[in-house]
Amino acid sequence: MDSKTIFDKIWDRHIVVNIPEGPSALYIDRHFIHEVTSPQAFGGLKERGISVFRPEKTVATPDHNVPTINQHLTIHEELSRVQVDKLTENCRDHNITLYGLNNPFNGIVHVIGPELGITQPGMTIVCGDSHTSTHGAFGSVAFGIGTSEVEMVLASQCVLQSKPKKMRINIDGDLQRGVASKDIILYIISQISTGGATGYFVEYAGSAIRSLSMESRMTICNMSIEMGARGGLIAPDEVTFEYIKGREFAPKGEQWDQKLEFWKSLPSDPDAAFDKELFFRAGDIEPMITYGTNPGMGTGISGKIPSLQEIDNASRNSFNKSLEYMGFSPGEAMEGKKVDYVFVGSCTNGRIEDLRIFASFVKGKRKADNLTVWIVPGSRQVERQAEKEGIRKILEEAGFEMRQPGCSACLAMNEDKIPEGKYAVSTSNRNFEGRQGPGARTMLASPLTAAATAITGRVTDPRTFL
Amino acid sequence: MPIEKFTTLISECVPLPIENVDTDQIIPARFLKATTREGFGENLFRDWRYDKTGKPKEDFVLNSDRYSGEILVAGKNFGSGSSREHAAWALKDYGFKIVASSYFADIFKSNSLNTGLLPVQVSESFLARLFELLDTDPSIKVKVDLENQLISILPDGPQENFEINTYKKNCLLNGYDDIDYLLSIKAKISDWEKRMVI
Repeated sequence: MDSKTIFDKIWDRHIVVNIPEGPSALYIDRHFIHEVTSPQAFGGLKERGISVFRPEKTVATPDHNVPTINQHLTIHEELSRVQVDKLTENCRDHNITLYGLNNPFNGIVHVIGPELGITQPGMTIVCGDSHTSTHGAFGSVAFGIGTSEVEMVLASQCVLQSKPKKMRINIDGDLQRGVASKDIILYIISQISTGGATGYFVEYAGSAIRSLSMESRMTICNMSIEMGARGGLIAPDEVTFEYIKGREFAPKGEQWDQKLEFWKSLPSDPDAAFDKELFFRAGDIEPMITYGTNPGMGTGISGKIPSLQEIDNASRNSFNKSLEYMGFSPGEAMEGKKVDYVFVGSCTNGRIEDLRIFASFVKGKRKADNLTVWIVPGSRQVERQAEKEGIRKILEEAGFEMRQPGCSACLAMNEDKIPEGKYAVSTSNRNFEGRQGPGARTMLASPLTAAATAITGRVTDPRTFL
Repeated sequence: MPIEKFTTLISECVPLPIENVDTDQIIPARFLKATTREGFGENLFRDWRYDKTGKPKEDFVLNSDRYSGEILVAGKNFGSGSSREHAAWALKDYGFKIVASSYFADIFKSNSLNTGLLPVQVSESFLARLFELLDTDPSIKVKVDLENQLISILPDGPQENFEINTYKKNCLLNGYDDIDYLLSIKAKISDWEKRMVI
């Protein structure tokens, strides 16, 4: 039999029909929806006069534009409230499970899927959100789709997709102290650019990846889209199985044994072929920070913004435009730069492990007076766990406050907007112009770098404290 | 439900020679709060097009008298970032029927095709030449012929073939709809479910 990659194994078994010279109808095992990209899809079903084909395979949560304070009250902002209400109404009309605002399972869609055990190896998973690649950390084929495709899944439990090419990215060796999974992925994107994996589905491999916890693996897969990849995944192993076991919707008893046997068959065959393969050394990676307006514009924190001579002629205009927006100049050092806001949260770094890292760093220290800091847990469960472990107390004693779960300042659809011209060090995934608010200037970094910065009030290399 | 057909278009172009234009620039997140597909054109490129008081910025191409047309010509890696189909809806709602660039982000490309906005991927050199010509003469026209997968700068400028998957091409030429197709194979989908349960 032909050797296959994990991606081939999952993709191929989900093909319902291959259209000659066209895409395949791919069966979808799990469909997540949220309030922003689903209303028009339900609108489409209504126009066609059809209902949801397999409502039990879709799970809904409002996250994108919910407030992060006073969630027990009515949502203040009218358009956001209408969207959240519309999601509630659509789920009720079509018998779809909804983890609404005050539900104990509510949270960011890519945080709750894994923590509830809904996300499992070998599945095809989609959501109208590009960071759906997060679920790939479990060895599933997970990718973001547009609203027309959300409608396809609601109508038929399938999407029409052409099979992408395959890339394997290997990271081997030991990580330096103070370097986290966020730094690994920011490093890779800085090396291959924001479009470097367009047209590919990525498998992350190598000893540095295997050494990571499930939550760290999720951070890596989460940002696959930021280098243009259709998705990214990591083969499941004991770390994966251990994480899933016992969770709310994880398989139990005899079913667990059957699933486990299947999951263990998934990793890529040793001689499976990839269209492209890249190799990086973990030891080369330092804590990363971005200086520009796409996630590929990043450098090691002790490094400098490239000089104009280092940029291709054709790209100089875009580079200059980007630095002008940021208020930076070519060749400047990043360390010590002024910061006004720190944001800890999002589907990239809003899990309990991220809050633990931040809290253990700031414990016994004081927040810098010049900063506003927003710490937003990724879900209700993360919030409760942080409470239980005493993280909220540590944060409060150091001068920080923890807000309520949601996407928050990652994309500033709610009230959590970084003001025009202000600088934010953010643990989220995108530093696009205006992403965190009109005129906001974002520098992406890990929770540890965010913590060091939150204490000094300037861009700070966390290694100086270790 | 049949969709709008697309065959051939001849139009003037609007140049946007910026690389990596992301979907947050095409339509910022704060304008994604509608529950229908219409009206997003108003806020297309909002923060490049208007200042914070809502006054048009004169130096942005959509506010310039020099350029108009149904073809947007953009720098490489157009549409990166978010999966929001609202980006394609905004371009379409504004009046664009085609976006030409030297490459597109994957999700934006499928969203565009699903919206009836045709992404035409050209070579770097063709794109550079088109920007150059538009810079000197804003009135030049470009022809896009879907049947023959051909883009030409009129009247006698360079021309080039472009790729599109045959299934999608047929959908656009004939006005076929994906969901009609998926509904037609429901029996096969149910069979798959019976076969594949583990």
